[in-house]
Amino acid sequence: MICFDRVGKRYPPGGAALSELSFEVSEGQLVVVSGHSGAGKSTLLKLIAAIEKPSSGTILVGGQNIGSLSRSALPYLRRRIGIVFQDQKLLFDRNVFENVMLPLSIAGFPQRDAAQRVRAALDKVGLARREKALPIMLSGGEQQRLAIARAVVSRPSLLLADEPTAHLDRETATDVARIFSEFNHVGVTVLVATYAYELFPATQHLRLDHGRLLQ
Amino acid sequence: MRIWIAHHSDAAWHALRKLAVAPINSLLYLLAIGVTLALPAVGQMLLTNAARLTESTPPAPQISIFMASRADSKATKDVSERLRKHVGVKSHQFLSREETLSRMKGNPDLRDVIDALSSNPFPDAFVVAAADDSHLAMEKLADEFRKWPNVEHVQLDSLWVRRLDALLNLVRTSVILLGVLLGGGLVAISFSIIRMQILTHRAEIEVSQLLGATDGYIRRPFLYYGVLLGLSGGCVAWLLVGAVTLWLRTPLGELAHLYDLVFSLQTLNPRDSALLLGLSASLGWLGAMVSLQQQLGQFR
Ligand SMILES: Nc1ncnc2c1ncn2[C@@H]1O[C@H](COP(=O)(O)OP(=O)(O)O)[C@@H](O)[C@H]1O
Ligand SMILES: [Mg+2]
Repeated sequence: MICFDRVGKRYPPGGAALSELSFEVSEGQLVVVSGHSGAGKSTLLKLIAAIEKPSSGTILVGGQNIGSLSRSALPYLRRRIGIVFQDQKLLFDRNVFENVMLPLSIAGFPQRDAAQRVRAALDKVGLARREKALPIMLSGGEQQRLAIARAVVSRPSLLLADEPTAHLDRETATDVARIFSEFNHVGVTVLVATYAYELFPATQHLRLDHGRLLQ
Repeated sequence: MRIWIAHHSDAAWHALRKLAVAPINSLLYLLAIGVTLALPAVGQMLLTNAARLTESTPPAPQISIFMASRADSKATKDVSERLRKHVGVKSHQFLSREETLSRMKGNPDLRDVIDALSSNPFPDAFVVAAADDSHLAMEKLADEFRKWPNVEHVQLDSLWVRRLDALLNLVRTSVILLGVLLGGGLVAISFSIIRMQILTHRAEIEVSQLLGATDGYIRRPFLYYGVLLGLSGGCVAWLLVGAVTLWLRTPLGELAHLYDLVFSLQTLNPRDSALLLGLSASLGWLGAMVSLQQQLGQFR
């Protein structure tokens, strides 16, 4: 499903954020990416979603070479990947329902089916009763679950999450981790960047240290 | 196709809502665009009216030759003969001083004045149509007539029509120039309004791109907004032209009456109205497009 071959990433003018990174993730895995702050976890996820371009090496996602993707093909790749961003990127002037609706309207999903899907996604993360609430009115754990609902509403086969349990207390973090493993159980490939790797029943563990993979 | 329609109606609806959400701002935008467009539109309105006015006056240029008052009938006959033989003269008509006098007496405003005079003040006259009625040829012809004996005065009758024509040409060019300049102004207004809109929707644009929005999806609501701004501004301009027309109609009608003309100022005709609205919508779109091109390049 995902294949990195000697991938390097350098942010000008700084040093290398990732170097000589090679690994494979097959379908249906729950992968934990761990490492100290600045190790390159976020960069790794951004490369998969083509938010950043690799400086060297090749990345295949679903058989597609990300490096040679045209600008016009990019949106269609992104629609097949669900992403929970480190800073969540919720729209604070839209309510919970509208935030989760966004990926579906972008993909041009028929209105009626879309509403049903939004409700199903909110139900799954336990936010069914907060549809009308604005993100600002939600707790940290609820905001995180809202971000997850938006990431999964278009039922992607690949789900990326960047430190989804940061800033959450132990109990809430366990709760959020359980949601990811539930999605993984129904066949979604999940990559989670996190310090709290013990919370996730990982099938694969990528340890990063200063942009390099530890074996 | 259904997706496409849904996206477009969504974007159009969004644009309308944006105008309605900030009514004071929107009103000021529309006023700015409306006034900008109204200037060349009023110019065009005045032009078409002036063109109507010149069409209703006889355009055939003529030369009038007035004989000296001392000229006797032999001298007059002499001139008539010269005119008949002249190759540059297409036709000529003799107006005797008696004829002119009785015609002038037909005007009630002048009758009293004329009656007060002891003798007929009018000279014998010829009205000449030239074979070549270009301005230069007629000037030359008139100069020639001036040298003839017993000719007191030669006048190019249509000179004012030509002057008016030249004036109208000048105004027409100015209206086009004004249109181009202020059309550019409209593009600039639309550009900066859309720029502000893009900046206030930064987060939304960024998130949408990350979630797989195409450039078209991102652009659409802003383009609709630009078109809507231009179009509504065009409507405001159209209304302004209508108001100016109504306002000027009475005083201009009175002025025209003094010159024995029946004239009622008309507002923009359907063709010019369509042109105004079409152009304003396109220019609004253009401003939005340029703004998007410039702003969206910075994302991603
Ligand atoms: N946009 C950027 N511009 C420059 N340097 C960056 C950028 N993003 C990340 N980096 C650098 O790349 C390295 C890896 O960052 P990141 O992938 O965010 O690490 P992590 O998510 O593991 O904390 C860090 O040294 C960071 O400073
Ligand atoms: Mg990070």
